[in-house]
Amino acid sequence: MIEAHGGKLIDRIMSNDRKEQILKDQEKYYSIIIEDETVKDVENIAYGTFSPLTGFMDKDDLDSVVNNMTLASGVAWTIPILLDISKEKANKIHEGQSIILKDTNGTPSAIMMVREKFSYDRDKLNERVFLTTDPEHPGVAKVNSMKPVFLGGDIEMIQPLNTMFEEFNLRPKETRTLFKEKGWDTTVAFQTRNAPHNGHEYVQKAALTFTDGLFINPVIGKKKAGDFTDEVILSTYDALVENYYPKDRVVLSILPFEMRYAGPREAIFHAIIRKNYGCTHIIIGRDHAGVGDYYGPFDAHKIFDSFPDLGIKPYFFRSFFFCSKCASVANDNICPHQGEHIINFAGRRMRELLTNGERPDALMMRPEVVDEILKTEKPFVE
Amino acid sequence: MNEKKAVKKKYTTVSIPTPLAVKIKNRMEGTGFTSVSSYVTYVLRQVLSSIEKEEEKKVVFNDEDEKRIKDRLRALGYLD
Repeated sequence: MIEAHGGKLIDRIMSNDRKEQILKDQEKYYSIIIEDETVKDVENIAYGTFSPLTGFMDKDDLDSVVNNMTLASGVAWTIPILLDISKEKANKIHEGQSIILKDTNGTPSAIMMVREKFSYDRDKLNERVFLTTDPEHPGVAKVNSMKPVFLGGDIEMIQPLNTMFEEFNLRPKETRTLFKEKGWDTTVAFQTRNAPHNGHEYVQKAALTFTDGLFINPVIGKKKAGDFTDEVILSTYDALVENYYPKDRVVLSILPFEMRYAGPREAIFHAIIRKNYGCTHIIIGRDHAGVGDYYGPFDAHKIFDSFPDLGIKPYFFRSFFFCSKCASVANDNICPHQGEHIINFAGRRMRELLTNGERPDALMMRPEVVDEILKTEKPFVE
Repeated sequence: MNEKKAVKKKYTTVSIPTPLAVKIKNRMEGTGFTSVSSYVTYVLRQVLSSIEKEEEKKVVFNDEDEKRIKDRLRALGYLD
């Protein structure tokens, strides 16, 4: 089994005895409310999905991530994982203090040992991580909306609070056990935030031709307007796997996580996460984790050249389309045809059709997938 | 103590009870260590390393963990 990133799968889940004690004594701790998306970060740290992180980043780690794309320890890492609070609240916390992080309902999520309070140059962060300071970029907008002080320090999860789609939510220890039980030496991960069309199916099956297993891992969490809803992504993939995949060679499980839309840097982060789930390979497509025109179509491929020791191997796909001459889905490495023979998987056009209750051509999207979308009243994030 | 500031300095001072220091000095004889500080550093490293190894063992699944994980995977239909 592939090693977790940094060499060790992190486990920051509190023992039952300690949890009981902390909950009993919770009034003695200063507490802060964190947003739902930050609760997801807490849980991803605790379950080892973000290994080797053991908590929210301090300034040394953040500086190193921003400038060098590594943690201060030298381990590859590309996306800041930050906990922000207001100045007023920061003034009530001192370095070395343990505080409780609560969700928006006031339920304790984790205890945090605050190692450092600090501020950071957001323009510099945005420029390096997102390659833009344009406030229209959703990742930049998120950073700009963060409160002025960051808290760095280790966390211990008191209890999991994010229980949406629990029946589809496997954690790294579970996927690693599952892959081992299935006898998979090689597993390819597919990151998605879309309902699948036939191009996605083609790419996944092309990769699965060369690996023992396929791990379809949709991102569940805050997305931008126009993206498919989480419910639709899951139900369509469930239908696709049920009808068209060798079920013993596919695992469908969610990743509760907020997309940062950081393009190439996020592609590396996605690879690290899937490595922690036990995957040996990851599919990286065109404009992976991109948004708008902020990144070149293959920037997310090129960045892997800077990470030769990542451990997990990328399978790059440039483009895929339906070729009427080949009478199949193809890609530009294997199909010589051009012009009228090529029908692109135009996501925007398919969305327009689906929004109007119309069915895309069966060459573009499986009928069972279309059925799942059309039976949903609001299939897109508004 | 501010941990970050302490890490940036190469050495720092930690106080221990005098009787313990005497005991350590007696214990050091014949070990090749030339100062209480270097011997204490060695002992603490050994202790921390064994604690870390114990913590690592906790992360490797024990039988109970593995059974619990497999039971959940079966309950969710991921395993037969």
